[in-house]
Amino acid sequence: MSTADSSLVRIRDVTKTFHRGSEDIHVLSSLDLTVAKGEFLALMGPSGSGKSTLLNLIGGLDRPTHGSVEIGGQRIDQLTERDLAAWRAEHVGFVFQFYNLMPVLTAERNVELPLLLTHLSKSQRRQHAGNALKAVGLSHRLKHYPRTLSGGEQQRVGIARAIVSDPTILLCDEPTGDLDRKSGDEILTLLQTLNQEQGKTIIMVTHDPHASIRASRTVHLDKGQLATTAPE
Amino acid sequence: MNWLSQILSIAVFNLRSIPARLGAALSAVIGIAGVVAVLTGVLAIAAGFRKVMTVSGSEDTAIVLRAGSDNEMNSGLSREEARLIAEAPGVLRTAEGPAASSELFVIIDIPKRSTGTDANVPLRGVSSAAYNVRGNMEMVQGRRFEAGKNEVIVGVGAARAFRGLDAGSQLKIGPDTWTITGIFTSGGGIAESEIWTDAAVLQSAYKRPDGFQSVYVRLESEAAFTGFKDALTSNPQLQIKTTTLAEHYAEQSSGTSGFITGIGIFIAVLMAFGALFGALNTMYSAVSARTREIATLRAIGFGRGPVIVSVLVESLILALAGGVLGAGLAWLAFDGYQAATMNFQTFSQVTFAFAVTPALLFTAILTASVLGLVGGLFPAIRAARMPIASALREV
Ligand SMILES: Nc1ncnc2c1ncn2[C@@H]1O[C@H](COP(=O)(O)OP(=O)(O)O)[C@@H](O)[C@H]1O
Ligand SMILES: [Mg+2]
Repeated sequence: MSTADSSLVRIRDVTKTFHRGSEDIHVLSSLDLTVAKGEFLALMGPSGSGKSTLLNLIGGLDRPTHGSVEIGGQRIDQLTERDLAAWRAEHVGFVFQFYNLMPVLTAERNVELPLLLTHLSKSQRRQHAGNALKAVGLSHRLKHYPRTLSGGEQQRVGIARAIVSDPTILLCDEPTGDLDRKSGDEILTLLQTLNQEQGKTIIMVTHDPHASIRASRTVHLDKGQLATTAPE
Repeated sequence: MNWLSQILSIAVFNLRSIPARLGAALSAVIGIAGVVAVLTGVLAIAAGFRKVMTVSGSEDTAIVLRAGSDNEMNSGLSREEARLIAEAPGVLRTAEGPAASSELFVIIDIPKRSTGTDANVPLRGVSSAAYNVRGNMEMVQGRRFEAGKNEVIVGVGAARAFRGLDAGSQLKIGPDTWTITGIFTSGGGIAESEIWTDAAVLQSAYKRPDGFQSVYVRLESEAAFTGFKDALTSNPQLQIKTTTLAEHYAEQSSGTSGFITGIGIFIAVLMAFGALFGALNTMYSAVSARTREIATLRAIGFGRGPVIVSVLVESLILALAGGVLGAGLAWLAFDGYQAATMNFQTFSQVTFAFAVTPALLFTAILTASVLGLVGGLFPAIRAARMPIASALREV
């Protein structure tokens, strides 16, 4: 699973260019990033700097224009669409800013979703979903629909869904961006606990310095490249 | 990976989110129901018409016309020819003589009950053997006409469709008045659209003392037809053609039922395009309303195939609902509905009942399914092709 050294994510010389009409948008240029196993990395930068774009490349939701994306020793930028979907199911848990829960499913069923892609039996799936909801402190909300939950609770369901299949890496795109300070803090504490107690590797996009101090390391994205220290 | 459970679970969200966009879903269902109802209705007309024509003729009865004519209207046979035909081999002999009925046929104008406008109704003069030849004649009211009198009997279809054709009432045709002595059925066959009287009376009323137009015969068996036909055609005194009644009516009805079917399919195809766009529209908006949900599922690891199939399943289910609704409506509204139409071979009215047959219902549901699949296909492909990263950006 892991490579000789302890790095889990290796991004080498990655360029990402979007085309909008005749215009080329150069979002990432010759970017390098290495994330060690067990790290909790905060990815900061101004709005539109390409944080989500970078996270999507790491999560196999998009492909680089140039360069290589290697996760756990595997070049995911070279996988076929089908293999990539299977790879995501096995290795990545996504947490979204707006939770992206299925409104017609209860909390329990939302969390169970990724397990439909496994060979687990129905009762095993329910059991795993229950455990994941317990880990985020929502055992009492199993049968609740998303619209009956607070934002903080919905994001906990989102995190439970992301961890239920025990992925290699958690990718969170502004997980507190839609929450008030208190709920946001609770979510950050939860992520910190997952990182410290279960050793989950987490990459979290945020533009909130308050959020980034919870991480074990912070990198800044600006003008398509990374800097370890915050620009003045 | 469990493909089926992926499809099922996505299809379940799709279906469960239908109530949230009930309006669009209903309009697609109703559009398809409309197409199916119209298609079923029109095909039921053709099926009903064909049914009348096919129950009318059997393989062991035959009609003889003058050579070169293809229907009774333009045929003519003399009394001598009619006698030779009745005596031909193969004709069933009964206690009352050969089962051969020399007939003539005129068209009279009678107003329709529904609209009051005049329509052509066949008035047929028959010989006493006619009942035997047709085989399935039955008086449901009153009695048969008496030979030599100005009396007629009326088929149930004609009695239902036209004014004043009730048992016991009088029918004025030209200077003469005729008494309606009874109403008859003929197993749903074409005779039910006709009025019958004694051939001899009709001949004198229409000043055609010697003329017939056709001879209807009952044969000893189906196999006897070839011998009968050969005997007639090889007889130098006769210039005739003969076909079994089954074949005769099949020929007679093909034009009309083909015409009705053609018009029906034409209308249904036009409507189908409308319904197809309705279904496409519904499914496109269903897909775009769920752009972020679909992208989320794909991010989690669900494949493209299940996304496509689940959209198709949803549109198929909507279409089937429409199909069942439309076919059900057509069946309730049209099955057994009495109607009359022009038989273009004789330019007279044929009364018949719409027949919504099981085969028609099957066609209807099949049509709905095709509409649903085609209407869902392009939206499904769009859903599966959406780049995940940009679809996730949509709020
Ligand atoms: N799919 C896309 N097509 C075109 N432009 C895009 C696409 N995704 C992102 N962009 C552009 O790339 C830049 C970076 O976007 P993003 O990675 O979302 O920034 P951030 O998450 O840092 O706010 C923005 O200018 C955005 O408009
Ligand atoms: Mg972003």
